[in-house]
Amino acid sequence: MSAPVVIVGTGLAGYNLAREFRKLDSETPLLLITADEGRSYSKPMLSTGFAKNKDADGLSMAEPGAMADQLNAEIRTHTRISGIDPGHKQLWIGEEAVPYRDLILAWGAEVIRVPVEGDADDGIFSINDLEDYARFRTAAAGKQRILLLGAGLIGCEFANDLSLGGYQVELVAPCEQVMPGLLHPAAAAAVQAGLEGLGARFHLGPVLASLNHNGDALEAHLSDGTLIECDLVLSAVGLRPRIELAAAAGLAVNRGVVVDRQLRTSHANIYALGDCAEVDGINLLYVMPLMTSARALAQTLAGTPTAVSYGPMPVTVKTPVCPLVVSPPPRGLQGEWSVEGSGADIKALCHDSSGALLGYALTGTAVQDKLALNKLLPALLA
Amino acid sequence: MKKWQCVVCGLIYDESQGWPDDGIAAGTLWQDVPEDWLCPDCGVGKLDFEMIEIG
Repeated sequence: MSAPVVIVGTGLAGYNLAREFRKLDSETPLLLITADEGRSYSKPMLSTGFAKNKDADGLSMAEPGAMADQLNAEIRTHTRISGIDPGHKQLWIGEEAVPYRDLILAWGAEVIRVPVEGDADDGIFSINDLEDYARFRTAAAGKQRILLLGAGLIGCEFANDLSLGGYQVELVAPCEQVMPGLLHPAAAAAVQAGLEGLGARFHLGPVLASLNHNGDALEAHLSDGTLIECDLVLSAVGLRPRIELAAAAGLAVNRGVVVDRQLRTSHANIYALGDCAEVDGINLLYVMPLMTSARALAQTLAGTPTAVSYGPMPVTVKTPVCPLVVSPPPRGLQGEWSVEGSGADIKALCHDSSGALLGYALTGTAVQDKLALNKLLPALLA
Repeated sequence: MKKWQCVVCGLIYDESQGWPDDGIAAGTLWQDVPEDWLCPDCGVGKLDFEMIEIG
């Protein structure tokens, strides 16, 4: 029997690549390997589950057995690969060697954890997959006060979702505004005001210095001297592409696993896509580039080498209290920002010196302009 | 009228309902939804929807 196409990871990248591949090739053996339970779910929905009152089972879209049938694939769950041997086109699961025709790394990114002093490390959670979500929901049941670390996109989405879910949210982040680096300050202020309207409290500037148990509660000391009592801490300070196994196998890595426009790593027959991949120098942790990559890579794997192109990639941030769509200017491009609107409805546009639109941040009712503006945006990878 | 589902997040576009929030009137056929319309829940494009039901 010929060696299978092997995909490591069954998140959105792994499963959607498999789905796209099967549209083009129904014959080639396909093996998916995942360290977790292998249920199909939509990661963006993990930050909407409290408002929708959906537990992990409610967010799960398919069991691995159903996915295996649908994809005509073998799926090995709770299985962690331990090494890659590119020279022999095989990977290792402990002592077991698994040959591959082509290997695709779709193993995502891992959460960054910042060290915190004190005795309550067990009170700090993060949510990076469906199993994390299940653990957090269990821990949060019956609790009321949640301290959120991080004011990035995910931190803000959870602040909105947990507030709607009835929790008192305090958010701590060492920055001057929410979503720094992604968002114009005027739009950031609109989103923050919206979240504050839901009852969330912001502590922008300090970091969590220490966390200790105090009876049933947790005592959080911030670096500015503030003391916050809470029941749980949810850390959302950022993600880092997983690169260790790729680096150990001698593949080129940088921020992510380095791949070219055909999503090929520095070694033939090994590809990467999704959160772990740095495509032509760009590592984007969003769904749209991932889906675009899955379609291109499926073509390549089915025998038609296809380069991926990214058009404009606006990001919809799920802060329904203050809707937000943002498209930051592409790297290396400088422009001037102009801001219209006020309060919750901000239209911040970035133009270059010739008047071409480079990026935008739209909040509130201004998000209605996104379709028209998207037509004017530059492509990220033309 | 048909229904289309986002393969990424499961959101359903029902032609009979349209998507008034984005200015898409009830009864708008999928083929007439603007090509650059994005999934309201997860932000992916029309290509990532598949037909789930013919009614």
